[in-house]
Amino acid sequence: MEQLLILLIFLPLVGAVVTAFLGNAAKHVALGSAILSLGLTLITVCNFTPDASTQFAVNYPWIQDLGINFHAGIDGISMITILLTNVLVPIIILSAYQHDYKKPNAFFALILFMQFGLLLVFTALDAFLFYIGWEAALIPIYFICAIWGGKDRIRVNMKFFVYTIAGSLFMLMGIIYLYLQNPAHNFEIQAFYNLNLDAVQQGWIFWAFFIAFAIKMPIFPFHTWQPDTYTEAPTPGTMLLSGIMLKMGIYGVIRWLLPIAPVGVQEWGHLAIILSIIGVVYASIIAFTQKDAKRLVAYSSIAHVGLIAAGIFALNTQGMQGAMVQMLSHGINVVGLFFVLDIIASRMKTNKIADLGGIAKKAPQLAIAFLIIVLGTVALPGTNGFIGEFLLLIGIYQYQVWAGVFAGLSIIFGAVYMFRMYQNIMLGKTNDLTIGFTDIKGSEKVVLYVICAMIIALGVYPKPILHLSEASVQQLIEQVSQKLTSVN
Amino acid sequence: MNIIITIIVTALVVLYAGLFKAKKALLPLTLIGLLTSLAFVVTSWNTNQTYYGMMQMDNFALAFAGLAIIGTLFIFLLTQNYFSANSENTAEYFTLILFALTGIVIMVSYKNMSMLFIGVEIMSVALYILAGIRKNNFASNEASLKYFLMGAFSTGFLLFGITLIYGATASFDLDMINKYLVENPQSVSPLFYTGVILLLVGMCFKIGAAPFHFWTPDVYEGSPTLITTFMSTVVKTAGFAAILRLFADTFAPLHDFWLVPLMVIVCLTLFIGNVTALFQKNFKRMLAYSSISHAGYLLFSLVSLTASSMNNVLVYAVAYTFASIIAFGVLILVKQKTGNDNFESFNGLGKRNPFAALALTVAMLSLAGIPLTAGFIGKYLMFLNVMHDYHFYLVAFAILNALVGFYYYFKVIVAMYFKEGTEVELEMPVQYKVVLALSLIITVFLGIYPTVILNLI
Repeated sequence: MEQLLILLIFLPLVGAVVTAFLGNAAKHVALGSAILSLGLTLITVCNFTPDASTQFAVNYPWIQDLGINFHAGIDGISMITILLTNVLVPIIILSAYQHDYKKPNAFFALILFMQFGLLLVFTALDAFLFYIGWEAALIPIYFICAIWGGKDRIRVNMKFFVYTIAGSLFMLMGIIYLYLQNPAHNFEIQAFYNLNLDAVQQGWIFWAFFIAFAIKMPIFPFHTWQPDTYTEAPTPGTMLLSGIMLKMGIYGVIRWLLPIAPVGVQEWGHLAIILSIIGVVYASIIAFTQKDAKRLVAYSSIAHVGLIAAGIFALNTQGMQGAMVQMLSHGINVVGLFFVLDIIASRMKTNKIADLGGIAKKAPQLAIAFLIIVLGTVALPGTNGFIGEFLLLIGIYQYQVWAGVFAGLSIIFGAVYMFRMYQNIMLGKTNDLTIGFTDIKGSEKVVLYVICAMIIALGVYPKPILHLSEASVQQLIEQVSQKLTSVN
Repeated sequence: MNIIITIIVTALVVLYAGLFKAKKALLPLTLIGLLTSLAFVVTSWNTNQTYYGMMQMDNFALAFAGLAIIGTLFIFLLTQNYFSANSENTAEYFTLILFALTGIVIMVSYKNMSMLFIGVEIMSVALYILAGIRKNNFASNEASLKYFLMGAFSTGFLLFGITLIYGATASFDLDMINKYLVENPQSVSPLFYTGVILLLVGMCFKIGAAPFHFWTPDVYEGSPTLITTFMSTVVKTAGFAAILRLFADTFAPLHDFWLVPLMVIVCLTLFIGNVTALFQKNFKRMLAYSSISHAGYLLFSLVSLTASSMNNVLVYAVAYTFASIIAFGVLILVKQKTGNDNFESFNGLGKRNPFAALALTVAMLSLAGIPLTAGFIGKYLMFLNVMHDYHFYLVAFAILNALVGFYYYFKVIVAMYFKEGTEVELEMPVQYKVVLALSLIITVFLGIYPTVILNLI
């Protein structure tokens, strides 16, 4: 069983190397590799016992002189994020099938390489390995966005790159500090958990990690890179960024920040929640005023992530479990939204809401799929968005009533701007531009059907997902509260 | 000792071969000589021989000598037609580079202050001539003259410092000087303090650390690119080895005293190097300023003296050397094709020669310190080193500077891949392919598995 994890992590890397040397067959090989990864993930899920333990763990010495090991494993929390990654990557690759990207081999190789980095992040039990994965996921997405992006891509992506790497370098500083505090001089996560840091030290550690994660998610006021980057990126890049990469930040908070610096979280977590909720309200309001649909979805993504972040910092089981489900749901929904917008943009050459209208008449299948995705995004009961946001709101409400109230606004706001967008794009009269719209076909159908099926399936029966992470989440909360009581 | 003798003999043989117009034999002869000396480095490993109290071939010296020899070897491989296009006297230039290498080997292995001086001078005099290799080129002449004046000036500092320390301790021997410090911790002569500062200044001139860096950009830009490569990699590394031998070892008891000026130098070097590099339009000049900023990171090893300080410098120097060789190698090719070395010349290189573009990208990522390249391991070790003494502000300052670094290193990546250029293909000679491929492999391999050189010294 040990080899399963190794296979799972390194398969995308092998796929990336093979893809890089191929010509036009690149996309098929890339898709094959991604589907193989998905298959492996399903095998892993089937063999996974949903208790709090770390399973499939591997631990090999890597750079021994520096106390660095290749130590990775899967628990309930990692399982969800791995599932998210390996379900979305084949969908994202398939969604790129209709486009003719220049140098397809490099394009698909970079996607697979990013998948490798993401899997490292989500399985690492060694802080150094975590950092390597963190950066290994960033470099390919930079190139994807900067080579195949829109007009202003160079400037926008430089900002994105420097922003995120600034955060991660401070995190590296925090990791080095923890390493030096650790008497065993290694990067083992368990050793970091057991460190006896005082309140001041934990405060600094909190900030070193928090800034890195806050930039990645992004939480207000660290979000300024995000709308431009999403808009300028090629659609698969946007999907990778919003669907999977921002979950790195959330996962980082759960896996590293909360258990290592609980006192720091207790001291500053309140501020983090306030910032998250400001982000929710602020992004929702800005989303109202957007003329470009892609930008609107980008801002809605900030709002959703703000809610997830607030739920995590509330430090209770409901909030945390809600975050788990919502990570998965948001990934699926946002990928669906960006895909629909990409279909529209590739036919109409625009994403301006005002220029569109009446597409539903021309493309009924697209209209239904789009509607289901929008319903999932606005968290209608019976769709995947509902259960996650519901749990998150309970969690935040338990933490603080007013926080819950303001966070709840996001659902109302979200419904308004999402439906308005849907109405203006799909309904109404067809105009000169949209008159020639053709309905979805081929790989587009496959992608949208799969996404819609997942939205409904998760909405109707979310229990397996909740069950996967429950034990790990409970143990984490207990661990944190124990550490807090022992300090106080 | 046999290393030095081999290099000198090679130099003389090459000179005579030039006399008999055996132009074809120059490169093979040089390579054979260098490989032989490299073999001597390997066989002397762990023997720790001392020669008459003047030179000590410990593992530290051998590791840096080995790096210098391999670096020189790579640079010689890049010479194909380079010198003959510039001048008639190819053999002389080969010889001069080998003489400089001799000085470098002495600089990394001295055990006596007089040998330090001799090593620095042997190296410098050869370099003054090499900088002015293109007799009819204005910039080359300017570079040579500037380098000579500044070099002579800094040698003055060096010599004055050595003299004052001799005055305080009555010895040139490093062990005796160290013994003096250990035995009189309370009553170190003021002469000694002055001498340490003068030596620090003199050596900072040599490695181009701010505020003694003013000669570097002009000299690096004006000299022929191949000589610039030699100066900014092999020569720079040797300067650091020399500083380390002196400060991390002999002067270590006075660490509290020279830490303050050193910190000022480190911060200035980082800041000036990075910020000025940001505004360069010329790739070569950008590399010159970036080499200043790397001097700043390398000096981190002296800010906190730990057991692994010396090895950290070696790792950083290896990463820096091979990344720079790639950068300059591609620059030479591009310049031969387009005639200038501005960033625009790199436009569209991703299409014109994908391999060169890939190699240069990895080199830039390594210089910027991105994980999975050797440069990251180097930077990581330097940060780890100063974090031992909890110099948080220094690390935070370095991080801000590293961010600036991303901007200018990525400029060339942006040009290569994201901008359209001429469609002319850029063909690459075999030797270039070999050197770039080897450097690329070393850079990536050490980024993934640095264990092989972590405990070398």
